[in-house]
Amino acid sequence: MSASEMALVAKDVRKTFVRNKGEAVEALAGISLEVRSGTLTALVGPDGSGKTTLLRLASGLLVPDSGSLDVIGIDVTRNPQAVQNKISYMPQRFGLYEDLSVQENLDLYADLHDVTRERRAEVYPRLFEMTQLGRFKGRPAGKLSGGMKQKLGLACTLVRSPQLLLLDEPTVGVDPLSRRELWEIVFKLVKEEELSVIVSTSYLDEAERCEHAVLMHAGRVLAAGKPDEITARAEGCCFLVSDMNGAPARSLQARLFSLPGVADAVPEAGRVRVVTKLPTQRLSLDLAGARLEAEAVKPRFEDAFMMLFGVVMSDQPREIAPVAGNRIAGGSEVVVEVRDLVRTFGDFTAVDHVSFDVRRGEVYGLLGPNGAGKSTTFKMLCGLLPATSGSLEVAGANLLTAGARAREKLGYVAQKFSLYGQLTIDENLEFFASAYGLRGAAKKERIEELKQQFELDQFSHLPSGQLPGGFKQRLALAAALLHQPRILFLDEATSGADPFARRQFWARITALSEAGVTIIVTTHFMEEAEYCDRIIILDAGKNLAEGTPVDIRALAETHEGLAPTMEQAFIAIVEKERSKRKENAG
Amino acid sequence: MLASLFRILTLIRKELLVILKDPKSRASLIVPPILQCLIFGYAATYDLNTVPYALVDLDRSATSRELISKLEGSGIFQREGTLAQTEQATAFINNQKVVLTIVVEREFERQLMSGSPAAVQVIADGRNSNTSGVAMGYANTIIADFATDWRSRQGLSAPGVQVTSRSWFNPQLETRWTMIPSLIGTITMMMTMMLTAMSVAREREEGTFEQLLVAPFTPTEIMIGKAVPSMIVGIVQSTAILLVALFWFQIPFAGSLVTLYAGLALFLAAAIGFGLLLSSLAANMQQAMILCFMFLMPFMLLSGLMSPTDNMPEALQYATMINPLKYAISITRRVYLEGAQFTEMLPDMIALMVIAAVTMPISAWMFRHRLN
Repeated sequence: MSASEMALVAKDVRKTFVRNKGEAVEALAGISLEVRSGTLTALVGPDGSGKTTLLRLASGLLVPDSGSLDVIGIDVTRNPQAVQNKISYMPQRFGLYEDLSVQENLDLYADLHDVTRERRAEVYPRLFEMTQLGRFKGRPAGKLSGGMKQKLGLACTLVRSPQLLLLDEPTVGVDPLSRRELWEIVFKLVKEEELSVIVSTSYLDEAERCEHAVLMHAGRVLAAGKPDEITARAEGCCFLVSDMNGAPARSLQARLFSLPGVADAVPEAGRVRVVTKLPTQRLSLDLAGARLEAEAVKPRFEDAFMMLFGVVMSDQPREIAPVAGNRIAGGSEVVVEVRDLVRTFGDFTAVDHVSFDVRRGEVYGLLGPNGAGKSTTFKMLCGLLPATSGSLEVAGANLLTAGARAREKLGYVAQKFSLYGQLTIDENLEFFASAYGLRGAAKKERIEELKQQFELDQFSHLPSGQLPGGFKQRLALAAALLHQPRILFLDEATSGADPFARRQFWARITALSEAGVTIIVTTHFMEEAEYCDRIIILDAGKNLAEGTPVDIRALAETHEGLAPTMEQAFIAIVEKERSKRKENAG
Repeated sequence: MLASLFRILTLIRKELLVILKDPKSRASLIVPPILQCLIFGYAATYDLNTVPYALVDLDRSATSRELISKLEGSGIFQREGTLAQTEQATAFINNQKVVLTIVVEREFERQLMSGSPAAVQVIADGRNSNTSGVAMGYANTIIADFATDWRSRQGLSAPGVQVTSRSWFNPQLETRWTMIPSLIGTITMMMTMMLTAMSVAREREEGTFEQLLVAPFTPTEIMIGKAVPSMIVGIVQSTAILLVALFWFQIPFAGSLVTLYAGLALFLAAAIGFGLLLSSLAANMQQAMILCFMFLMPFMLLSGLMSPTDNMPEALQYATMINPLKYAISITRRVYLEGAQFTEMLPDMIALMVIAAVTMPISAWMFRHRLN
């Protein structure tokens, strides 16, 4: 096969970074890889597996320490400019100018790449049609939703038809609907323009739809091939398990996940999907006090991924120590009460007459596309934003007007890492512990306890801003739990986290809810809704549906009797509502 | 109450940790004020140390010689040439060899004796109006002094000599003496206002401010927790400048340290109050920075640092009333140079107290209510 038919050829590429404390971090440990032209290739792997480094090397922004790397037939180490002239790279945080309009951003990138007038006239209408941004040409980029921003970023990289497109986690923080739209654009590009695309992602369902998937781990290729082939490796390992004694799926999942023979366990439609490390005819699991019933099912890409990684990542702790606390089982006490909540910004209604209750010890999920009003509702609940009308009570008080004491009962983890980046883990924990009135020996003890529980010790000297993503997340959660809050608010806490970090995170949440902590979460990962006791789906500020995950799925049941995934159900519910609204308007 | 104090201490500790942890940021709080103070002390002076001049003595009397020796005895006027005729001065001035030509006219002694205005002509190089203006001022003062002195020695009544604006003759140090004490207020205001405004804006930008708002801190506690660390930094900075003034420039301190520091503490409270107010208006660090500069420049221009506020149009004089720097400069100058007592400075201190008492509660209120 000649070189020009290959979009990327890597041979034993190595790259090591040196942290400012002098520690060397090996990002790529001799990676070899071939990507054919005109294909869509997904790079998947946990945080720190080297996906971003590989993309940055391929775009000529970094130079490898050793090995050879050819991109579209050119040695990128020797001739980075020649490569950069022919490819486009969209980093995780694409550099849009937030104060410039959509059109101005596009013009700017066209100018930067010397795109001729004639070509612009030809490309712009196509880009606008593809991204459906035509209506928002005049809107400043900063005022677009997360999904639209990513589409605009993609459009900017496409103003000059590149031969190869490199996308680094383009769908982080993007809701399922926008995510689907973004992917439709990418598929179309590959099919109609024969563009080569390499995309890194932490959504495994996205990788499943690519022609080629590369599983990366610790700077090496763990497996590569067609997603179907990779999925087939988990054949005979997948089961849906339920407990005849009626334990909730979330608790069952946490216990199954910690069993030695199990590679993965996730809740699914009231049951638990279990992936074993080795194929087996009949699942035999031993769980005290449970009467398990298992049904063999076809594997998904994610199952194979978890199985392959389960082998190499066996050092990862799976069992989460139970949280001490006054355990109150299934209380009916209402902890959060929202009635007719309305919030307007000028003419725009962000939250439109929303009502719901959350009971003690429940895990309650707020789901919805970007701009649905989730974060606004969240901020009002936490007392960070006044409501326009309606009433809300958290632990018997409105946190905006109630005194500082009322806030002692809640913990809050913001969407973005928001602890002090200059301070170390210890200093941050110390500050937040003192903020909530912990002192002396009790404070020290509590900090040690959480550091141990969240395994934060190894980095405790590093400024928290320099921590790897997963650790930041853990630190934020640890800081929010120092004062043993009765109610925990988590705003898109798992955004951008890899599948392992997400499972660990949910195991902790499960342990907390069993200890009687009420938890309210927002998330973009629809499968995570399965961990919730109840969820509410919001769109355009309105309540579209509320109920248990099983109820919500039932709402979207197809005529063929096929059970939809949580994500399919979500999209169906939102789209149905949107088309109904359009009809009414028309 | 105790719990509240404890929370405030926690905030202060955190704030100082954030400011002082990094050696670079530690240095940036103390080195620039000292450097600025040194630069201002040497550069921003209107005084001249040497004035090259040419002499044309047409009178050639004992009195004219006495005047010349008085001029040169000041140590400032340095004769570059002695000319016979006034016309010869042209070349000296054109070549910038001299700044001034002093012509003692004929009949100088006799006119002085008779009480009619003594005729000394001072020809200056008008191309550099500042330098020659100052040099002319010196010459005028020395000549006028000489005339009064001479006549009183002769037992004659003093003539109606026009006295220039520089009534206190202290040519080497005058501007530096007024400039350096004023810098105690000026430099610390620049630094503390920025520090305060930026620290709140940074927390807003990084999302940590929300984290503070969901914690059991009251807005007042957050406000105090932000103000006190800036105040500590401000006091350290003003002490550094004070030490430079005392030991480097050796400007004698006439007043009481207690009065000075009481005034400084109130001034810092007012300046930080402004910083907090600006930060509560700003959504991010860039806006906070722009707002700070928007206020700092007028504050400095309308403070009496460069030009006295009394000469400004009436409308601007009212505007100076809310300027904390105006009061700070008044306090530092008067306490430092004149030894003004605590009671004399009370009106200025009360004004500062009022500014702090208005800006601080407003900004505390804005913390929670400026949530968009």
